[in-house]
Amino acid sequence: MKLLKLVPDNTNIGFVAVRKWAFALTALLTVLAVGATAHKGLNLGVDFVGGLMIEAKFPQAVETDKVRSTIGSLGVGESSLQQFGDPKTVQIRLPLPEQGGAGAANAVVEKTRKAMTAQFPGVTFSRYDTVSGKVSGELIQNGVLAVVLAILGIAVFSWFRYEWQFGVSTFVAIVHDVLMTLGFFAITQLEFDLNIIAAVLTIVGYSINDKMVIDDRIRENMRKYRKMDMKALIDLSVNETLPRTVMTSVTILLALGSLLLLGGHVLRGFTAAMMLGIIVGTYSSVYVSSSLLISLGLSPQTSEKKAAKKGDYAGTAERVGPRDDGAKP
Amino acid sequence: MLNFSRWAIAAIILPLAIGVLCAIPSFLPDATVAQLPRFMQTRVNLGLDLSGGSHLLLEASTQDVAKQRLTNMEEQVRTELRRGDPKIAIGDISSRDGKLSFMVREPSQVDAAVERIRPLTQGAGLTGQRDFNVEVVNSSTIVITPTDAGIKSAVKSAMEVATEVIRKRIDEMGTREPTIQQQGDNRIVVQVPGLQNPKALKDLLGQTAKLEFKLVDTTANPSEVAQGRAPVGSEVLPYAANPSGVPVIAVKRQVMVSGEDLTDATQGYDQSNQAIVNIRFNSAGGRRFGQVTSQNVNRPFAIILDGKVLSAPNINEPILGGSAQISGSFTVESANQLAIALRSGKLPVALTVVEERTVGPGLGADSIRAGLIASVVAVVAVAAFMFVSYGRFGMYANLAVAINVLVILGVMGILGATLTLPGIAGFVLTIGTAVDANVLIYERIREERRRGRNVVAAIEHGYKEASRTIFEANVTHAIAGGIMLALGSGPVKGFAIVLLIGIATSVFTAVTFTRVIVANWVRRTRPTDIHI
Repeated sequence: MKLLKLVPDNTNIGFVAVRKWAFALTALLTVLAVGATAHKGLNLGVDFVGGLMIEAKFPQAVETDKVRSTIGSLGVGESSLQQFGDPKTVQIRLPLPEQGGAGAANAVVEKTRKAMTAQFPGVTFSRYDTVSGKVSGELIQNGVLAVVLAILGIAVFSWFRYEWQFGVSTFVAIVHDVLMTLGFFAITQLEFDLNIIAAVLTIVGYSINDKMVIDDRIRENMRKYRKMDMKALIDLSVNETLPRTVMTSVTILLALGSLLLLGGHVLRGFTAAMMLGIIVGTYSSVYVSSSLLISLGLSPQTSEKKAAKKGDYAGTAERVGPRDDGAKP
Repeated sequence: MLNFSRWAIAAIILPLAIGVLCAIPSFLPDATVAQLPRFMQTRVNLGLDLSGGSHLLLEASTQDVAKQRLTNMEEQVRTELRRGDPKIAIGDISSRDGKLSFMVREPSQVDAAVERIRPLTQGAGLTGQRDFNVEVVNSSTIVITPTDAGIKSAVKSAMEVATEVIRKRIDEMGTREPTIQQQGDNRIVVQVPGLQNPKALKDLLGQTAKLEFKLVDTTANPSEVAQGRAPVGSEVLPYAANPSGVPVIAVKRQVMVSGEDLTDATQGYDQSNQAIVNIRFNSAGGRRFGQVTSQNVNRPFAIILDGKVLSAPNINEPILGGSAQISGSFTVESANQLAIALRSGKLPVALTVVEERTVGPGLGADSIRAGLIASVVAVVAVAAFMFVSYGRFGMYANLAVAINVLVILGVMGILGATLTLPGIAGFVLTIGTAVDANVLIYERIREERRRGRNVVAAIEHGYKEASRTIFEANVTHAIAGGIMLALGSGPVKGFAIVLLIGIATSVFTAVTFTRVIVANWVRRTRPTDIHI
């Protein structure tokens, strides 16, 4: 059987050569993403900002999917449904209109009631009320702090273990990935709910993994080919890991793709965020974080000194190039 | 490198087998699991969003808040006028119809009294709106009436505090991932996953947990106390367990120490093996408790919870260590509940359960069904893709991932963790990195083969070099997960728990376990070329 190979053997793509363009594009997109987030804001879900709770009683058991699509066509925002007590009762949560106060809330209830009665004759709204968000401000702050510190923690780890350049480039790339995801939510105005936070965390996690793999190969090659020019070395490392990068991304996109197509309405935003994050994360690993090492002035000598001082596994790597500490890249 | 001793193989297979066994109860129906011995009931609990749970609607009485505010006001007015300088004598204090009125004994001091009270009635906001109106009637009686806006803002802040206290209490109970929301002006919705014992939850949330220590008024006339009359400066409180048989007792109004001065409360046992609650005061509370007990040796004091006396022990000696015991016919469970309630602070207002229901999954049953189908398709697609890319080795990786999923479920079952949608995201990520680990190894083997190494050397090298990368990546991952676990809450925490478990198990299955299988295959067939 012939096995599938997505990337041909021994590719030699010049990733580093286009780094100026890549940096410019990345900077532009990041500014756009931040601008969009600042300007349009995130469409925060009922989880965060609270909203309207309607308890609907149906004459017989209903499928929540039908109720969801009925409400979805009204343009009153993303609804969240929960079977309540018995199969005939459904609790509907809707976002509150930003302006208009109590009058606007009543208008939303009336609009919903009208559409629902048309679709499901005999339905009654046994009560409606406003609800607060599921999470308090303190929880959100702690969550954001946790994520920021986690990214910083990784950067510091990379710095202490290797070179500060690795720490900085990883940090920059991951922050970029998160900002792009936020920008995506700001531009599409997809609802940003609690679960999206999990998606963002997953993106961070995936991105970390991706960067570590390429960084590790760069370090390995720095020990192997001490005379090699840094640009060529980074190109070599990215090319060598390219089959793996593509394989892994495709595998995950395959899994996410089926969730996006078949996973139903609720998972859509969640999956879309993850897919975008994986693509952005892979892009930033290949084009941004590794090329950034050059701009930050990483050279084989820096790693040489550190390895000699620590006497770690550098010695076990196979030596291809002749040793010459005085060589300038 | 490719030789594993029997012992090594046993040491690798055994924990995996245990993990897989622990995952099995999660797939069995409830009734079957209930018949298993206790240590076998290692099930993963599904969160509210995935399986629904119990729903409680709690209501605070607005009148209660208003009444309490009036009582506080009365206290403040007393202190201000009687203790301040110059003293203003007042009398006929009454709080009826939601108003506080009192008489200033010296008519010439009425204006001064109004002046002194005003600052107390100011709202906390900058709008300058008043929380209370002050007026003088009949030239010597001052009437303080709470404004509607004042009551509203008091209720609002009481509800905010109450929501936080409830959140703490439920967390302390060990229930993971509850939903706690304020609904309307004076209601709180609590939803907890699973259907187990909503009574314990109701009991816990129904307690205000206002704890006070007061001295017993031993000078009171027992027959008057029995009729509900107490001497000046004392009050009559219900005391169901009173050894004298009268279900009431007179205690001094002044509070020795209150629940606010607690730093910790735990359930314990006394000498006669009765359940009690051990409490520890902060330094100020400890000092005051020591002082009062030193001055009142051989007199009884009352331990009062939510306005009811639990017990009234004698002070045998000064209690100086800053800790004390609360006794009073507890069961282990009720003592534990009180300890939790005390640790998480008192509710600013009493809450009553007005509604109790079972609710369906927060994500909607339809979405979950769709999600399940999609997950199955995703798994099949990934497995097929691994197979067409790496052949035999792809199947090894698939086997490793399958075992990994079961082991993660098993470990979560052992820890009693709750699986929610964010948890599933963590799951997807760990499975992704587990697949990635195998991809790394196999790509490395391909690379080493291209460089001309023979099969055994290429496999050895592939595992060795890739393991280092995988290790690095997972250590960084674990750092991130650890920080999220320590600092995050709610979804961030749920995600981090699964991630950390997954990191540990996936390195083991994706690297060590596949290596055993591959080594075994190589030893048996001695291939000269491999298809990878």
